Amino acid sequence: MATQFVIDGLKAAIENKEILKGINLEIKGGEVHAIMGPNGTGKSTLASALMGHPKYEVTSGAVTLDGEDVLDMATDERARAGLFLAMQYPSEIAGVTNSDFLRSAINARREEGKEISLIKFIRQMESKMKELEMNPEFAHRYLNEGFSGGEKKRNEILQMLLLEPKIVVLDEIDSGLDIDALKIVAAGVNAMRSEDRGFLIITHYQRLLGYIKPDFVHVMMQGRIVKSGGPELAERLESEGYDWVKEELGIVDETVGQV
Amino acid sequence: MSTQLTTPVNRQSAEALSRSKGEPDWLGALRAKGAELAETLEWPKPQKTRIDRWNLNAIGVYKPQTTVSSTDELPEAVRNLSGEAPAGLIVQRNSGVVLKQLSAELQAKGVLFTDLETASREHADLVQKHLNTVVAQDENKLTALHSAVWSGGVFIYVPKNVEVELPLQALFFSDDVEASFSRHVLIIADSHSKVTYVENVVTDYSDTAEAQSLVQQAVVEVIVKPGAQVRFAAVHHMAENVIDLTTRRALIENDGRMEWVIGDLHDGHTLSDTQSLLKGNGSTSDAKVISIGKNKQQMNLTTGAVHFGRSSESGMVTRAVMKDQATAIINGITKIEKGATKANGQQTEKVLMLSPKARGDANPILLIDEDDVKAGHAASVGQVNPEQVYYLMSRGISKQEAERLIIHGFLAPVVSEIPIKAVREQLQQLLERKLEV
Repeated sequence: MATQFVIDGLKAAIENKEILKGINLEIKGGEVHAIMGPNGTGKSTLASALMGHPKYEVTSGAVTLDGEDVLDMATDERARAGLFLAMQYPSEIAGVTNSDFLRSAINARREEGKEISLIKFIRQMESKMKELEMNPEFAHRYLNEGFSGGEKKRNEILQMLLLEPKIVVLDEIDSGLDIDALKIVAAGVNAMRSEDRGFLIITHYQRLLGYIKPDFVHVMMQGRIVKSGGPELAERLESEGYDWVKEELGIVDETVGQV
Repeated sequence: MSTQLTTPVNRQSAEALSRSKGEPDWLGALRAKGAELAETLEWPKPQKTRIDRWNLNAIGVYKPQTTVSSTDELPEAVRNLSGEAPAGLIVQRNSGVVLKQLSAELQAKGVLFTDLETASREHADLVQKHLNTVVAQDENKLTALHSAVWSGGVFIYVPKNVEVELPLQALFFSDDVEASFSRHVLIIADSHSKVTYVENVVTDYSDTAEAQSLVQQAVVEVIVKPGAQVRFAAVHHMAENVIDLTTRRALIENDGRMEWVIGDLHDGHTLSDTQSLLKGNGSTSDAKVISIGKNKQQMNLTTGAVHFGRSSESGMVTRAVMKDQATAIINGITKIEKGATKANGQQTEKVLMLSPKARGDANPILLIDEDDVKAGHAASVGQVNPEQVYYLMSRGISKQEAERLIIHGFLAPVVSEIPIKAVREQLQQLLERKLEV
């Protein structure tokens, strides 16, 4: 069965403040969706709510992955069901090496007694690190500790490559990346595009979308998707900004939940 | 009217026991003096821990032990702890040493490795000259009482320029909760010698015995002569009914080096004080302590470095994980005396709390009487970061496994630097066991 990810009327709050006001989106295997929008419109909240961040409370709506209720699952179950979120600000964890972490993540998807062999794991990790032009020493460094912004983003993509998820959410993966790193990250994502894998790319800028061609582009404002279209929409946003969208929809303040 | 017994021994009983064991007169006199001092001195008062509420007088009674000819005759629970073919092995069961081994090669080099009681008879000159010189009898009631009642113990002497490559090991175990279990360890590393000593302190009680309290008193004195290097590793892992009162102190002369690795994984109340006296110019010391507290355990863990010598350097790292309702008071005391120019003392204490009822205090203390020095400290007390747990879970790792990774990650910077592989592995296993829910 082709991958099908459905977000239906999703509302979410942080500290009792509603940020997502009813998101509807359907992503099928093989599709790349981009969500664009100015700061403070709820884009990253959507990513966090989908993954089950403890600070966000889903107040109504449904999310299903291949018919299974995602919201009913704990964060780790969502990940094992095939959801992956490349985070905007990945945590640093001292004392846990990158390779130990990656191996634990891979083995979490396998049954007890069927863990990946060390040799096979190292081979896989090294080849993917090479694709991303990562220094091999990063395997032995503590997870994200002392990594630069760009190194952390590459490390997120490395995890995506190794975990082979069904639905990939990239939250501002392009922020903090120079153009060379952006190309490498985009190449990594493009290499993963396939019929049974869907992508949701959250970004401020069209820049990334020059390298990862989206099939659908959505504009988010006030905690809702207010406009959808094809790749041409991203291009128009890049050249003309967001004001025309606000004018068209009669929106004065596009942000949500700001103090 | 009832009489409050303030000390479990007196001058007469200490002397009589010493005589009955055939100890030399000078030692009997020392013990008598210790017993007398204990009657007037106060218990130590560590920061923020009321040890006077512990059953400090439950030191048990001296019971002679039957020697064994090999480790095969030891109880199963302790047999494996002796490691693989150390250069030397001493096993103490309850009050007395039951097994002593030292390789012929080291014997030929003049290395002495025996129980302290035997050493006080056979190497009286060395023992008498150094015993109680690093930890004085009259410091407090604990050191005084200990000097009166210790039994068994370990004596190490490494002659000048002799390097002992393999670790010397000692195993102390208690399987009789009524028998005293208080050892004294005296290590003398003569000029430019080198030695590694590893000790395990464990218990093996039947379930019924665990209701009764027993104090494990230990004093470790290390004398590091000029240019000598001593590595000392200890792992304490005793049952909950045992109160662990351990004082370790090293006196380090010119260019000497002392390394401490302490695993305070004991299940009962713990007072653990590990100190380096950097007397010599260019002397250095390093202390690494890890600890896990569980249930209602109270722990007071102190590392200290006192700098007298010029260009002396000390490093101290303590990391503790507190579960359940355990309490840890962690003190790091760097003291730099006037005249200790170019001294450098650095310390870090970190506590990770796994339960809302656990308590941890990290107290870095710098006492500096000299201007031309470097000193630094870092301390933190915190809980497992929920963002980190979320991040690991977002990759499919279960909550339990995520927390396990984070906790081990917290201890890893200390564990991974433990120089002796066998100790590192043993600690790792004990950590796993004590961290399990």
